[in-house]
Amino acid sequence: MKNKQLLLGDEAFALGALNAGLSGAYAYPGTPSTEIMEYVQMHPLTKERGIHCHWSSNEKTAYEAALGMSFCGKRTFTSMKHVGLNVAADPFVNSAMTGANGGFIVVAADDPSMHSSQNEQDSRFYADFAMIPALEPSTQQEAYDMARYGFELSEKFKIPVLLRFVTRLSHSRAVVEIDSEPISQNSFSYPGNTKQWVLMPAMSKQRNKQLIKDWDEFVKSSDESPFNRYEDAACRDMGIIASGVAYNYLNEVYAGKVPFPVVKISQYPLPIKLIRELYDSCESLLILEEGQPFIEKQIRGLLNAGKQIYGKLSGDVVRDGELSPDSVKEALVRVAPEICGLKADDAKSVPDIVVSRPPALCQGCGHRDVYSALNETLAKYDNHKVFGDIGCYTLGFLKPFNAIDTVVDMGASITMAKGAADAGQHPSVAIIGDSTFTHSGMTGLLDAINENSQITVIISDNLTTGMTGGQDSQGTGKIEDICLGLGAHPDHVRTIDSLPKNHDEMVKLFTEEIEYKGLSVIVSRRECIQTARRHASSKK
Amino acid sequence: MKTDIILAGVGGQGILTVATILGAAALEDNLYLKQAEVHGMSQRGGDVQSNLRISSNPIHSDLIPTGGADLIVSLEPMEALRYIPFLGRTGWIVTNTVPFVNIDNYPAIEDVKKELGAFDNVVAFDMDAVAKDTASPRSSNMVLLGAASAFIDLSVEKIEKAVTSFFERKGERVVQQNIAAFRAGREMSMAQIRK
Repeated sequence: MKNKQLLLGDEAFALGALNAGLSGAYAYPGTPSTEIMEYVQMHPLTKERGIHCHWSSNEKTAYEAALGMSFCGKRTFTSMKHVGLNVAADPFVNSAMTGANGGFIVVAADDPSMHSSQNEQDSRFYADFAMIPALEPSTQQEAYDMARYGFELSEKFKIPVLLRFVTRLSHSRAVVEIDSEPISQNSFSYPGNTKQWVLMPAMSKQRNKQLIKDWDEFVKSSDESPFNRYEDAACRDMGIIASGVAYNYLNEVYAGKVPFPVVKISQYPLPIKLIRELYDSCESLLILEEGQPFIEKQIRGLLNAGKQIYGKLSGDVVRDGELSPDSVKEALVRVAPEICGLKADDAKSVPDIVVSRPPALCQGCGHRDVYSALNETLAKYDNHKVFGDIGCYTLGFLKPFNAIDTVVDMGASITMAKGAADAGQHPSVAIIGDSTFTHSGMTGLLDAINENSQITVIISDNLTTGMTGGQDSQGTGKIEDICLGLGAHPDHVRTIDSLPKNHDEMVKLFTEEIEYKGLSVIVSRRECIQTARRHASSKK
Repeated sequence: MKTDIILAGVGGQGILTVATILGAAALEDNLYLKQAEVHGMSQRGGDVQSNLRISSNPIHSDLIPTGGADLIVSLEPMEALRYIPFLGRTGWIVTNTVPFVNIDNYPAIEDVKKELGAFDNVVAFDMDAVAKDTASPRSSNMVLLGAASAFIDLSVEKIEKAVTSFFERKGERVVQQNIAAFRAGREMSMAQIRK
């Protein structure tokens, strides 16, 4: 018996995992992955079964905790945005060496078009070089089905499995058929080969040989996967490889009747047999994939000696940003104008009167008060630099504040301010949010404390992880204690409420600490206006 | 049936609520549906849109192709114009005429209205005023839902049922206000189409 539910791609995976015997989920919020953990947290089965669902401090701690749960034989996942996998890259790559015991799925949600991110990195490359199998759902239904399939795959080959989302699927809803009953959870059990989990060179050397052998099995599994298939058609002038959501756009363009043979790919490593069959039966290949040219690079090879391959590398498919039915159609018209049976549309343009409407900090947001006071303070200095970080306060770069000079990755504000101060920069100011601080700011602060670097660290504490929608922040109520515990001087760990009425006091405080010849931390605190509203209405 | 809708507005205005309610009504009717949303940074006062596709046949793409939308449904007049490239030849624009001005260079509202007036198939009126008169100022999005419903092949009963279950937890009064706003919007829309 199947039920139907309307679910986001993220939610479909989460529900799939719950119904497939999940015992624990570990995550740090990050668009477009956040809704996966949030769905687990609100689902009744989580409470009923005591499934772990507390947010972690960062993706690395989340990853390692999930690996520990897998070690004990339980089914688990960790979910993160694509750049979160950089933070968790160390355990990710090394977990290919330890392998998994209980089914372990690593969800990385990529963000082509950078709707809410700083780059377009494609997580499939990570899976490839770590030698970990990967899944890439095309639909919400596949996202649901792949949870159970992924756990089974992981347990069959004793290896973590990467599941790659892209924004368009993470944040799109569709009707999903779901199981009426969840299956039972795994019982507690240790791995059969315990030595493999101690990655000392002697053990790793053996394990590496095994992993290389296993790779062939992963390829075989891809060739036989229910998510990869060859779809034949009459016109052999060109064959098409379409992965993930690109497969949907191709079918949209042809209303489901693609005139060329197609290999649909949603499981990696690449299915060699299926691709060979397509290559042998067609004159040329077009490769449609969301993200970077991962499939195309492998098929084309360095020498590109063989049949014509059209794709992103050949310049026929748009190289940056996410694909769409329009860009897929354009590519088809470009590479096969005579035979594709399509013609380019002359689209209406956006009326000139329309202007852009960039996002902005909310009215009533404490970050605004911090930037107002900081700008006034720094106006007194000729060569001030403010090193920013990742969060709502990144919007301080835009009008009306234009207050920050760099934004790179989680935690880089403090460390870059330190490096700049080492080079002679003054004032060297770091601005970081509370959640980003506990994610990746604390270790950098320790470096700065140990050298008493002349930097001013402003921790703009809004008591939540704001930009992703207000998830619990791991440092709430502990920020000053953390700084003191790391060894910051008590006279220079100062706290102020970021409120308009405190503007003059904030300017005074900022000025004093910038003038101080050493490290100082200013905790400017005010609850996020969005979560404050939610708290107020839930009290009613 | 097949209806492809671009829902538009400014982050925080409530277009995702409109999308959620239409989605629930479509599910009730056993129709296929895909609805792509925008989450994250752009929700902070930037332009937001949602692609909502409802069909009696399976839907391939989560995104509506250029020139493929049957409807542009917007809570803000300039935001309606932003998605003109997606509007099909026989498509309709259903929009609120009250500007949401949170940028310095917002164009003169008369010019925005003139631009909208250049299209043949437009339903445009002050939805904030209708909301205020019939229900509560916060129900503009339900007025919009009502106005758009005149173009969508879903039964009024199913949509009203979805409105009810969406607002149920906020109490009977809120449900009734939103139903009233929905009906007022639908009526205004019908009247403008007849003109």
